This record gives sequence, C-alpha cells and structure tokens, in this order.
Amino acid sequence: MSTQGPDLKYRLAIIGAGPAGLSAAARAALLDRKSGRSTPGHVLLEGFSQHAKTIQYYQRGKHVMAEPGFLDLRSDLRFDAGSRERILQNWQEDYRHAGINLRLNAEVKSVSGRCGDFVMQLADAQTLRAEKVVLAVGTAGNPVKLGVPGEECSAVQYQLDDPKAYANETIIVVGAGDAAVENALALSEQNDVIIVNQKGEFSRPKEANLTAVVAAIADPTTRLDCFYNTRVREIAENPRQSPPLSVLFDTPEGRKSVACHRVIARLGSTPARGFVESMGITFPNSRKDAVPELNEQYESNVAGIYIVGSLAGYPLIKQAMNQGYDVAEFIYGNTTLKPVDHQLLEWQFSGITFFPTPDQALGRCKARVPMFRELNALGFRELVIESAISVAYPRGPEYADEKRKIDALIDRQMQEGRKPRATRIVHEGEVLYEPGEFGTSFFTIVNGSVKLESNDGSTPSRELSAGNFFGEMSLLSGRPRTERAVAGAGCVLVETPRRTMVKLMNSNEEVRRSIDEMFMIRELQRCFAPSATVPELQRFTARVGVRECKAGDIVFTEGEAGESLFIVRSGGITLTRKVDSRALMVAEVGAGGLIGELAVMGDPIRHETARASRACELLEVKRREFLELVRRPGAPLDPLRQGVSRRFTDMAKMQIRPQAASMLGFLMGAGLGEATDVLVIDESLCVGCDNCEKACAETHGGVSRLDRKAGSTFAHVHIPVACRHCEQPHCMKDCPPNAIRRSPSGEVYIDDSCIGCRACEKNCPYDAIQMVHQPPTKPSLLTWLQAIVGRAGGEVSNSASGEVQADRAKAIKCDACIGVKHGPACVKACPTGAAIRIGPERYIELIEAPRE
Amino acid sequence: MFPGVLRFAQWRYLWASGVLTLFAAGLYTTQGGTHPPRGDTWQGYTLGTVAALMMLWLALLGIRKRRYASALGSVQGWTSAHIYLGVAVIPIATLHCGAHFHWNVHTLAYSLMCAVVISGLFGLLVYLSYPRQLSVNREGGSRSALFAELLDLDRRGRDLAQRCDPGTAIAVKSGIERTTIGGGVLAQLLAIDRSEYNPGGDTSSTNSDQQAVIDLVAARLPRAGRSAEAADLQNLLLLVCRRQAVLRRIRRDIQMQGWLRIWLYGHVPLTFAALVGLIVHILTTFLYW
Repeated sequence: MSTQGPDLKYRLAIIGAGPAGLSAAARAALLDRKSGRSTPGHVLLEGFSQHAKTIQYYQRGKHVMAEPGFLDLRSDLRFDAGSRERILQNWQEDYRHAGINLRLNAEVKSVSGRCGDFVMQLADAQTLRAEKVVLAVGTAGNPVKLGVPGEECSAVQYQLDDPKAYANETIIVVGAGDAAVENALALSEQNDVIIVNQKGEFSRPKEANLTAVVAAIADPTTRLDCFYNTRVREIAENPRQSPPLSVLFDTPEGRKSVACHRVIARLGSTPARGFVESMGITFPNSRKDAVPELNEQYESNVAGIYIVGSLAGYPLIKQAMNQGYDVAEFIYGNTTLKPVDHQLLEWQFSGITFFPTPDQALGRCKARVPMFRELNALGFRELVIESAISVAYPRGPEYADEKRKIDALIDRQMQEGRKPRATRIVHEGEVLYEPGEFGTSFFTIVNGSVKLESNDGSTPSRELSAGNFFGEMSLLSGRPRTERAVAGAGCVLVETPRRTMVKLMNSNEEVRRSIDEMFMIRELQRCFAPSATVPELQRFTARVGVRECKAGDIVFTEGEAGESLFIVRSGGITLTRKVDSRALMVAEVGAGGLIGELAVMGDPIRHETARASRACELLEVKRREFLELVRRPGAPLDPLRQGVSRRFTDMAKMQIRPQAASMLGFLMGAGLGEATDVLVIDESLCVGCDNCEKACAETHGGVSRLDRKAGSTFAHVHIPVACRHCEQPHCMKDCPPNAIRRSPSGEVYIDDSCIGCRACEKNCPYDAIQMVHQPPTKPSLLTWLQAIVGRAGGEVSNSASGEVQADRAKAIKCDACIGVKHGPACVKACPTGAAIRIGPERYIELIEAPRE
Repeated sequence: MFPGVLRFAQWRYLWASGVLTLFAAGLYTTQGGTHPPRGDTWQGYTLGTVAALMMLWLALLGIRKRRYASALGSVQGWTSAHIYLGVAVIPIATLHCGAHFHWNVHTLAYSLMCAVVISGLFGLLVYLSYPRQLSVNREGGSRSALFAELLDLDRRGRDLAQRCDPGTAIAVKSGIERTTIGGGVLAQLLAIDRSEYNPGGDTSSTNSDQQAVIDLVAARLPRAGRSAEAADLQNLLLLVCRRQAVLRRIRRDIQMQGWLRIWLYGHVPLTFAALVGLIVHILTTFLYW
C-alpha cells in the first residue's frame, strides 16, 4: 500500500480546496483515522492562500443559498444557507477539527503518471506522489496576473467585490474587457480612475459597456481617464507614502509614473480545462460548458483520476460537497455506498410496479431509449433526477390504487417539509399537452406508446412507441406546441425540463444529433410532406443543411440568385426591400416560418434581403430536395402556394406604405420579434398617472415590474421597459436553480427558488429584471396616518432606499399576472385604455392603425 | 386597438346615461297638478334619490382606482361610465329641483355639484388633448432625454463661449447659468420664463425665451474680427438657438404635465364639498320640512 517517506506518496491527493475538495478531504481524514494510520494518507492541495477561494471572493456579507432544496447534505463539514462569513468560518473550524492535511499556496502545475503512481509537480518545484487523484478545481480558473514586479503587492487585486467600498482614491484598472470596463465605470463614481488599455481602442467589451466607457472617457466631467497603448512595467509599494503605490507605465510617449492607492487588474482567467486536458482527460466536444465523461464513481477516462464539483457539471455547493464525500468513500474502498440521491430516484419510480429498484429502472430506461445509451452513467442519473417520471394506467382499480399510493407519499413528503417528488400517475388517454400551450419540457417514451395529433388535421395523427421522443419543437424553437399528445397504453415517460435538455445537448453530440434529426424530419413533414413517413424522410435529413446565424448576419441579398429556401428553426429573420435606395422592412419571420420559398418554386432571383434579427438557426432546403419532396404522390402543393401568395401580398402592402414599414421596423427594433406578450402604451392616450405601475406594485409585493417612462416610442406607440415573455427567454438560459419557468399559457415567471445570482438580470436584453430585497410590509392606513410618513399607493421602499437588509436581493420580473382571471393589473388599472398587452398576432393592428 | 375612454365598449355608457336621462325627463313630465314640478312630489323624490346615488357612485371611482387587485370591471370602464353618468347628473338634478334656484343651501349643493362636473369636463378636455401634444412635443424621447440634451448643450455652449470675445462669453455663460425652468405652480402651468443674463458690467437683464442672448450673439456675428471667430460665433448661434428649442419643449412638457395633474386638485376637493352639500341638502329638506 501507500508509503510515506522522502518521496511523499499519498493514497489520495485532492486538488482544490473548494466545497467538493474540502468535503472529500474531511472524509478521507476520517477514514485515515479509522484505519488507524498515524500519518495522513491524503493531502489537499490548494493554490490559493485560503480555503474556498470562490466563496472568499464573494462580496462581504453575501447570503449564500443551500440549493437544491430537495437534496440532503452528506458531508463531514457543516453547510446551510447563511452569510459568506458564517459558512467560511464553519468550514475552517470543521476542517481543522477533521484534521485535514491541507497545504495552501500549493498550486499544482501538472499531473503525470498513472493510477497507483501519479506525480504532481507543484509551482514551487516540489513534487508529490499519490495513488489516486481527485480533481475539485472548479471552473472559475485562476486570474491572469500582471506578470510584472510588484504584482503581488497587497494593494494590487485581481477582482473587485464592492466598488462602493472605495471612495476618493486614485485607482488604476488594467484591462480592456467587460470586467475591467464595468469595474472602472463603477469605481469612477467616487474615485479617480485610470483604465489602462494595451491597445489603441476598446474592442472586446459588450456594446453597452463599450459605449459607456468611451463616452465616460471623452466626458471631462467624469473621473475616468484612459491610457491607450500602455503597459504596466513595474509597481512599487511604499506604505509610508500616500498614496502608497507607484506604478510605472510604458506609454507611446515613453515611461510615465503614476501614484495611486490601488491597482485592479482584470486580465481574464486561465480556464481549468487546459490543465485538466493536460492529464489526458478528454472532453466530449469543444463547447465551453462541456463536462468530461465520468462513470458512476466520478472516475474519468484516466483511471485513478476522479472529478467532482462544478468541473464535473455540478455547480451547486451542496452537490459538490456530497460528491466529495462519496468520492472519498469510493476511493477508500466502499463499493456499496449509494449516492444521497438514491432516495430521490426511489420516489420518482415509486409508482411503477414493474421497476423494482431505482437502479434497475435506470438500467431499463437506458437500454430502451437509443438516445440515452449515449449518455454516461452519471449524466443519465442527473437527467432522470431533474426530470419527472409519468406512468399511464388504464382507468380502473389499478389506476386508483397507484394514485392513492402516490398521494399518500406526497402527503408524507409535505409533512416532512419536502418538495413533493413522486411518479406522476396518469390514465391512458389523458392529454399530456394541447396545441398552443407553451411547453418547456421534452418527453422520452420508455415504455408503451403516445399518440400525437394536430388540431386542424394538417398532419395525420401518429403513434410513437418506446424509444422515441417528442416535444423537440418547443425545445429547439421556443414555439408553442403544435400538436396534442395523448398518453397511450402502458406508457412510461421521462419529462425533462428544457434547461437540462439544453445542457445535455451541449455536452453530448449524439443526443444533439438525434434530436436535430427528428426535428428536421418533423419540420419537413409539417411544411412539405404531411403524409410522408419517418423512414421516407430520413434520407433527406443528411441533405438538409443547418445554418446558424448571429444577429445581423445576412442570409441572402436582394437581387442575387438563390436556389434554396429556409425554414426558421429558432430566432427570427427580417426581410427588407430597397425602395428609393432605402431598406424598407417588409416582414419579420419567426420560428416555424419559411423564407426564400419563391427561389425553389420558380423565380430564382431574391426579392428581399434576409437578415437575422437575433441569433437564429435555419434549415436550408435546396431546390432539388424540395422538388423531390413535393413531387411525391399525395403531397399537396396548393396549401404551400397559398401561403406564398399570402406572404407576398403582405410584403407588397408593407412596401407601398413606408409609414407602416417604419412602424414594423420600430416594433422589431424594440424586441417584439421575439416577444409573445408585450405591454404597449398609446402615448396619445396616456395621461401619465402611473396607475399601471402602482397597480403592478400593489399586486406584486410592493415593487413595480414595469417602468412606464423608460423604453422607446415611435408614432405615439410606446414600448415601456417590461418583460416581453420572449419566445426563447434569455433569462431562462443560465439560471442555476432553474427558477425561471414558463407556464403552459406562456407567462415566464420566477419561482421561490431564486438564489439571487443575477444571471437573468444580466441576460435580459430588455432590462426587464430587477434585483430587490423583500420590501417592508406596507403600513395600514391607520399606522400610516399615525406615522405621517410613508408613501401613497403603489410603490413601497425597497433596497434602493438604502435600508440595510439582511436577506439577499432576489430577481423579480413581470409574470403577466399569471393565474389572475381578470387579466394583468397594469392594463386593468389604466383609466384611459392607453395600456394593452398584445401578442404577435395583433402587431398587424398596430402597424395598420392610421397614424399622423 | 385603442378605443379610448369615450368609445369604451362601443359607447356603452353614453347609451346608458342617455337612456337614463330620457327616463328622467319622462318621469318629470308626469308631474301634474296645480304646482309647478318640484322636488317634493314622488317623481321629484325619485329623481333626487337617483341623482344622489349617482353622485355617491361617481365619487367611488377614487376608491375603485386604488383597488388594484379588484376584479370589478376595468378602471377604464369605470372611468368611461364616470364621465357619461357625471354629465347626466346635471340634467337629472335639474329635473329633480324643477329649476327652482334661490339663495339657500339647496342651490349651494346644486352649484357645487355643477362645479365638480365642470372641473371634470375640464379634466376630460385636458386628458383628451394633452397626451397627444405631449408625445408630439417630446418627439419619441422622454423628459430626461430633453434634460440630458440641454446639459450637453450647456456644456458645449460654455466651451464655445470661452473662445469668443469676453462680452459674448459673459453673456452666453450667464445666460446658461441664469436659465430658469419650472418654478412655482403658476410658473409651471403658464410656462413663465424668468431667465436672465448679464449683458455687461454687473447688471442683469431679462432673457425670456433665450431671445436676448440669441440677438446678442447674432448682433456680434457681423462684427467678428477673425474668420475663426466668425466660425465660432456661427456655431454658438446655432447652439443657442437649439437651446431655445429644447427649453421650449421642456417648458411645454412641464406645462402640459402640470395641467394633467392640477385639475384633480380642484375636482377632488370639490367632490367632497359637493357630497357635504348633498348631505346638508338632504338633512335640511327632512328637518325643516
């Protein structure tokens, strides 16, 4: 076994002292003691000077959440929701108590060797040997240092917690990316700031940051200045001077020295991926968020190297700590340990009598669905835990029995204060979803069958059997469901939320390919060949191209010859025509629509310019394939022709009325192209009473979710700052606890599980999300009169008033008054009828309305 | 798409109040006998009760407007009904009293009610005409955008003035510093401009609508010594003219927004006065019968 001598060989080396690493080391320390060792068989290596670097970097007093709530903690360290300080303090006490062999400032530069004898090279040229290695390094990476003398001075920092913490200092910000620009702008509110850019201009930051920083530098009244084409040469610290730092620059005019209080370098970070790959660990693809393949015991493709925590795809603290515990147990030889989520799976499969144990259930699901076979054990387990399992029984005693059993289980869980988790029991013939509903989940059939039928009979109904999946259209394009899904005999379904599915598609090429292919088949069927069968269409899929466009990309240009049409899979395309040398917007085509169809139906010359109005994906069908598809017997060309005629008439109408075209352009510019439900105010009726905002605040905990005055206006039509309930909500993209949801009727809302991470706030291009503290309760009229302070109806004070709040700011946004029978409060409260909420089907009324 | 408050639900409440008024007129004509029609016949009592209930209901809009979670119709519907029934209350109350007016509390109550309705009609006029004018005046921007533009013009104006002769520089800079916007209630509502500037020495002279400074810069232009100065003065002239245009917009915006708000400060207290008058009217009618 392991020996420890001059060559320092450990049984287990854990790299990274974050939540996962600490938890693994605490377990290993305990197991070491249990086995009666006098010296530690483990070592925890951390490159930073303290434990839990990411959390140390949180701003002071930050409230840390303990998500996901449904998962129990299994660790020798304490962890519960609380302040950053308390959590760090607890961990410090606990790891000392556990006797972890922790080495700080021990950055691992490389890992080589093989299972049983790994060699780790540290930054200080020391080497360590270990039989097994656990990587718990996280994904944040290490900040790039300045690389000049003085880079380690205490007043040189590589991150900024709270810009408001500094006042009346001279601060030098080094860098030209978003982080540098944001820091510099925020700091310049109460400090003199110099931003140092190595290049002659800013090109990396996002548009808004770019405009803001350039304007601020140009404006002599701001306290922000910029040194272009400049590099830091040296930093000298003299604590007796004020300011204490002296920074020497290489500028185009020669060397220059500036005295300052602080240097903040934001030069990006070196991603952990390079380090991981250097050990021979492979990632399934080159996507930024790809996760290395691991087995059930978190072991990577390199035997003896285990990966836990966010690097393994589990970004939440509790998950990481549980994995740390488990991995140490596995490595120390505990082969029977069940992961803490075992119980969760048991509940999920509790209503399916023919799957006796969760592990068997998982195995059967995996075996029956070709797509699932591509997943690694861990990934599949995670997928099922995040999904809902449904089972259909025929109406009768069996259904009633199972239903009763599940209801009892849910009651028990509720009594224990848990979120209910159990199999969903449906009866055969029950409708799973209706056409027009906004679906955010993806269904996989594990057993039995499901019937899909359209409302208008445009596509014949069909029966899908085990191994198939459905709901991919809403997943990929964000469109409402186009068909009705009905549970068939004995069906067992895995219903996976959109976010999990997107994550999976990003990390698994096979899954992406099979979903893509099925989407294509069903789109071809819908657009051109309703009666064609799947095998018939399968041969076309390889010949249909997928084109990804960034916002602003041109798909085709007016006047050029073309030989293909495009189906918009997601996003939107703006069609413009040149009229008197001006590009006039004639149509906006959203997901599910066709563009350029005339090129394959006769006239090869394009009569519009097609440009992506937002990021979009297109399916390209060439003339040859198109003709093959529509020349099949029984393929009706007439509906297709009618659609073309209608669209071209609409475009012609738009072209002859520049005013209407301008209105269309304005609406699309305001983001209505991707909206499903938007608040529109007729300024010629709005008296500015703000009753809409007051009503919103009054019905939503005291804070209005709309800002009437802000937003854009054209020809009396005002689009205020308020949620547009986008087709594919930007806010939903990176929500760690999956707190942003879409109801079947389309409203996008945030549930109680928000952890206040601000990702949605940053992702929303319409500024429709605010972060607020729980506002104080509004006083009753009597107390209000007694105090003679307070506010009139509507808004009550929130964090903006500067009150010290112990709780953490959470994200809020418009929920379109979901579930309120009489409709949204803002519209109901408008005394003059100036405020309405509309969906895309009514834009035409705005465009057609006669205006001055 | 936006029917407006008058056309709400295909003029539903116009029809309703029209029918109600006709019904009241019909009832009025049924009063026979030796006396001229008055409030003390059963028809008169009926009409009086209807008018009193209407007044109470009209006042309830203030409460409904603040019941944001209420499912009882939309505020727009209530407002539409409020307007038409509010107008109808005058003929109905007149029919109730048979147009008998004297110097007493009854006529006082009637006059107060009329004052409420007239103030309401004034408000309606403002509500119907000003939003559109406001929108046109702001040209799709917001008031804060206008102020941002003004601040930018101020800054550039000062820089440019600095390059001109001392007299022009002092006049333009003082003109910028002593520009007044808003002020008291009257100044806002009437868009009174008390801007001043320093035409030279230590004096102060009126610069209403920025005209004096514009004239001064324009007068200086033909006397420019150097071509660079002439160019600066031309730019300055353009700039002060733009300031004038922006300031006019801001004042107009403040003025119209002021009128949109101020009328309620008459309408609401008058409503309370009219309700008190109504109570006094009813009490005295029954006490001193």
